[in-house]
Amino acid sequence: MEEKLTLFKNRKRFGIEKNIDIIFKNTALVLSSFVAIILLGIILVVFFQSFESFSRYGLKFLVTSEWNPVKDEYGAFTAIYGTLVTSFLSLLITIPLGVGTAIFITEDFVPKIVREIIGSFVELLAAIPSVVLGLWAIFVMEPFFRAFFVFLHNFFGWIPLFSTEPTGRNSLLAILILVVMLLPIVTSIARDSLNQVPKKLRNAAYGIGASRWKTIFSVILPAALSGIMAGVLLALGRAMGETMAVTMIIGNSNAFSWSLLSPGYTISSMLANQFGEADGSQVSSLFYAAFVLMILSLVVNIFAQWLVKKFSLKY
Amino acid sequence: MNSLYYQKRLSRNIGDKFFTSLSVICALIAILPLIFLVTYILIKGGSQITPDLFTLEPNPPGDDLDAGGINPALIGTLIITTIASIIAIPVGVGGGIYLAEYSKGGAFSRFIRFGVNVLAGVPSIIAGVFIYALIVSTKILFGSMYSGLAGGMALSILMLPTVIKTTDEGLKLVPNELRYASLGVGASMYTTILKVTLPSAFRSIATGVVLGIARAAGETAPLIFTALFSYYYITGFGDLFYEMGSLAVLIYNFALEPYDAQNKLAWAASFILVLSILSVNIFSRILAAFNEKTKRL
Repeated sequence: MEEKLTLFKNRKRFGIEKNIDIIFKNTALVLSSFVAIILLGIILVVFFQSFESFSRYGLKFLVTSEWNPVKDEYGAFTAIYGTLVTSFLSLLITIPLGVGTAIFITEDFVPKIVREIIGSFVELLAAIPSVVLGLWAIFVMEPFFRAFFVFLHNFFGWIPLFSTEPTGRNSLLAILILVVMLLPIVTSIARDSLNQVPKKLRNAAYGIGASRWKTIFSVILPAALSGIMAGVLLALGRAMGETMAVTMIIGNSNAFSWSLLSPGYTISSMLANQFGEADGSQVSSLFYAAFVLMILSLVVNIFAQWLVKKFSLKY
Repeated sequence: MNSLYYQKRLSRNIGDKFFTSLSVICALIAILPLIFLVTYILIKGGSQITPDLFTLEPNPPGDDLDAGGINPALIGTLIITTIASIIAIPVGVGGGIYLAEYSKGGAFSRFIRFGVNVLAGVPSIIAGVFIYALIVSTKILFGSMYSGLAGGMALSILMLPTVIKTTDEGLKLVPNELRYASLGVGASMYTTILKVTLPSAFRSIATGVVLGIARAAGETAPLIFTALFSYYYITGFGDLFYEMGSLAVLIYNFALEPYDAQNKLAWAASFILVLSILSVNIFSRILAAFNEKTKRL
């Protein structure tokens, strides 16, 4: 017995191996903190670069729509309004379509193999680069919808949203291309959360005589609601930050208009358009706009994460 | 007795029929444009493919009928994505190892996981703005302003959350028994991670990382004012410090040109980009399905 214990006592790790172990752990620790450093770095850098513009215009920047590099007068209302309108309206169209599609592929209307093919096809579409969608929007979607926009203007022109003569690129096209981009996100997340609802809930509802859609509306959708909401918020964040497809189709005009049929601007398309050739206080104003965009998307994202944590399924 | 049979005209049955057809209509509206989009890109872009496309420089836009090729952009995309991977993969895998293997669910690791999710939601153009402020406008990289290197750094910011997340989740799926066994026979922590847990999670991590790279290859917004664009061949190592073209920025620039020849070049570049991204996606999906099958056996 005594002999064995001393045997174990002598079998210590070499010092060098211990050191390697410690170094390895600390390297991993440092690497993981890079995320925090980059995130804080982005917030601080964008904030300090926008400081000049922030101290000059204050919150007035958010509500005036003059953007004039010649007179050195900047206000981002048009772009902020454009960002909010395009992202919310596109979401309004996407939610029923995406959730409806998700219900279609989680119920057993068609054989499983067909549903799986549809599901993975929708997911593949999320991988298409947005610049390619923009190209498609310019050359296929815009000519396709031209007649429809003229019709909208002629019959609903009395509504401020359709009050301008449609001429080529406009905000409504940007909303439509955003719908194409957001559909895969909303559909796949809604499908996942519908699939996670336990089968016994459905069986219980059927057992007491509920019809299929009664079950969907009063049992399954409420149970999956938190997941769907989180997916919707994620899509909202994406819509607000989406740059390329929107920049290519929205027409990029800073003249403010309530109409969706006139060219518009979003914060990200303004950045994409002007950042390369801006100088002086215009750069600082662009950073200010970028800061606003970042705060908007951070708020939406953090709210989505909080929602998931708070209301995650408890079955 | 009658109530035991299915009655067509009962309001609940009519309602059911109505909503079922509504969901079918939703699915059709959602899927038809998507199918149309993919086939259009593949047909329109595929018809522009010629051998010259891969070897020539693009001609500056103008009235020339011949637009040239996309060789510099193709090589540029490869180089910029490689730079991004070289930065993001070690940092991301290392960070993921810390989260999955060392952290004990304390405040620090919760904060980092939260940060990963937030960073994943940061708009891609903000990453470009950040690198512009940090590297391009300060000329910190040996006095060069717009460069392929800066573009790669901007893309690496977008790749980082994906890499960390897939590493973290892949490692968490490795059964604890493997770790106990390895530590039990006297292996140190780093040997356990490098020889046991990482290799057994390798496939799932690799799939996630490859998907992340494919996603980054199509990003445009972070590149338009970090790497900018270039019409000229990439000839040597020194070109890393100058403006560099990429497929994505080429599509953006040439789609907005009024000339037909340039537009066609944009379609050809989209075809190559979409085809490679889709094939990477499909391939990794098949691989993942295959993995699951072998695991069950």
